[in-house]
Amino acid sequence: MLILGIETATPQVGCALGAHEGVLASFHAAKGRRHAETLAPAIEFICRQARVDLDDVGAVAADVGPGLFTGLRVGVVTAKALAMALRVPVIGISSLDLLAFPVRWTHRRIVSVVDARRGEVFYGFYRHVPGGVQRVSEHRVASPEELCSEILASGEDCLAVGDGALRYADRLAELIQVEVAEAGLAYPSAGSLVQLAHARALREDFVNSWELAPVYLRKADAEINWHDRIRVRPGADPEP
Amino acid sequence: MLAIETSCDETAAAVVVDGTDVLSSVVSSQVDLHARFGGVVPEIASRAHVELLPPVVAEALVESGLDGGDIDAVAATVGPGLIGSLLVGVAAAKALALVWGVPFVGVNHMEAHLYAAFLEEPTLEPPLVALLVSGGHTMLVAMEDHGAYQVLGSTIDDAAGEAFDKVARFLGLGYPGGPAVDREAGAGDPHAIDFPRALVDQGFDFSFSGLKTAVVNYVRRHPDVSTPDVCASFQEAVVDVLVTKARRAAATTGARNLCLGGGVAANSLLRTRFVEGCEQDGLHPFVPSRSMCTDNAAMVAAAGWWRWRSDGPTPLDAGADPNLRLPQGEAANG
Ligand SMILES: [Zn+2]
Repeated sequence: MLILGIETATPQVGCALGAHEGVLASFHAAKGRRHAETLAPAIEFICRQARVDLDDVGAVAADVGPGLFTGLRVGVVTAKALAMALRVPVIGISSLDLLAFPVRWTHRRIVSVVDARRGEVFYGFYRHVPGGVQRVSEHRVASPEELCSEILASGEDCLAVGDGALRYADRLAELIQVEVAEAGLAYPSAGSLVQLAHARALREDFVNSWELAPVYLRKADAEINWHDRIRVRPGADPEP
Repeated sequence: MLAIETSCDETAAAVVVDGTDVLSSVVSSQVDLHARFGGVVPEIASRAHVELLPPVVAEALVESGLDGGDIDAVAATVGPGLIGSLLVGVAAAKALALVWGVPFVGVNHMEAHLYAAFLEEPTLEPPLVALLVSGGHTMLVAMEDHGAYQVLGSTIDDAAGEAFDKVARFLGLGYPGGPAVDREAGAGDPHAIDFPRALVDQGFDFSFSGLKTAVVNYVRRHPDVSTPDVCASFQEAVVDVLVTKARRAAATTGARNLCLGGGVAANSLLRTRFVEGCEQDGLHPFVPSRSMCTDNAAMVAAAGWWRWRSDGPTPLDAGADPNLRLPQGEAANG
């Protein structure tokens, strides 16, 4: 089955075509952060270079985050619209799963860390299993300090990967059991996305396009404020 | 042409033939999501667009009786508006254009409001003057020809719709403020309070921030005043300024056609006064139906069709611009 993968959860924009023989074509641009401008021409480009017609795509895969909200939405809505028009199913894969996958051969614990801005990171822990990685924790959004104390508490050696790990590399380096993976692995790869999605497609582990939704892990600001106010003044009118 | 509109808090899609024949127009309002915050919350709007847009597009296609393969072009609003919301519509439109192998056309939201009039009155011809009033904008535009505009004036502070929302919130009437004030005003005396008409005799720019402050100060000084009287007098002041300036704009430019557009054009007093004013001046008024005044995608298709004819497709690497201006000056051939 031919799979089109869309990766826009970080400052990078990526897309790839993959099938049982592996990745057929891929595109990544990490500078500029212009997801809505870059994505559609990039999809057109990889299809043309791989001599593939969009109509031949059997499933659309997307990185559903967590990550940067605006980029994430561009990728997810693009995947939904493509799948709807092509009448094919979709596969949503977490950005943190995608970061752990290329470093899967380590025997250390893997922690994928995406920069969540505002002094926070999205992260999740993984370990190597035959053929891939397995999640060993819930995905969370928290401060780098909380991440560090969670790593310390685990007592295990740890490989940290992702742009969040690089941004807070100094703090992570204070823990002797942590190594931070190089910048070349800092963003999720669209190639990994189509590989992981292909494995899911073989198990027919799809959803319909309308079920695909970004994973935000953080409420919209206004909602956070509103809930705080409700808590402070139970039953009070939330209007200012 | 299939068109998509996601510039603010309405998720909309429409299928329109030749910029005039509306086969379907679907609008999903998020007003309930934003009501408890007393205004549109950009992040909540963007999240809702991602969820609502694909089913809205699907419904517009089904209602049109057409299949994706019958669509010749896909248009989307590229500005002005909330950037996060605009990008959702732009990304979806480009994806559909890719699959169907048809052009993408980026549309200016204010130009779309202007073209709402052409959808319902096919005989309408430029030159004309349009008064576009919404929660985000208040402007007077001279349209010399298709695609050629001159902005005669716009608000220097709050948009008219914003003034309605703020006054409604102050009076505890809830959100959205326009319909709430309109309703209350029906039972009030429009001449009970003489609120200021800022800049009414000067130029074509608008200012509504002083009026809003005047309402707040008046109610604080007269806590027992009747809310319907406040609403009626406030609405009277807003409409008086809008209609006076629109009539003067027509007189200055010599245009015989005067159009109304934008969400505030759903206000009943504005609609009545607008038509009366035109009749007194011997002008031809055009007031679109209420559903065509508020944000919708049929108007995007109407404007998009003219844009496509005059400029061709928009490149797939085009983005969205939250502060997009109306194209000025020379007429495009259309
Ligand atoms: Zn509008």
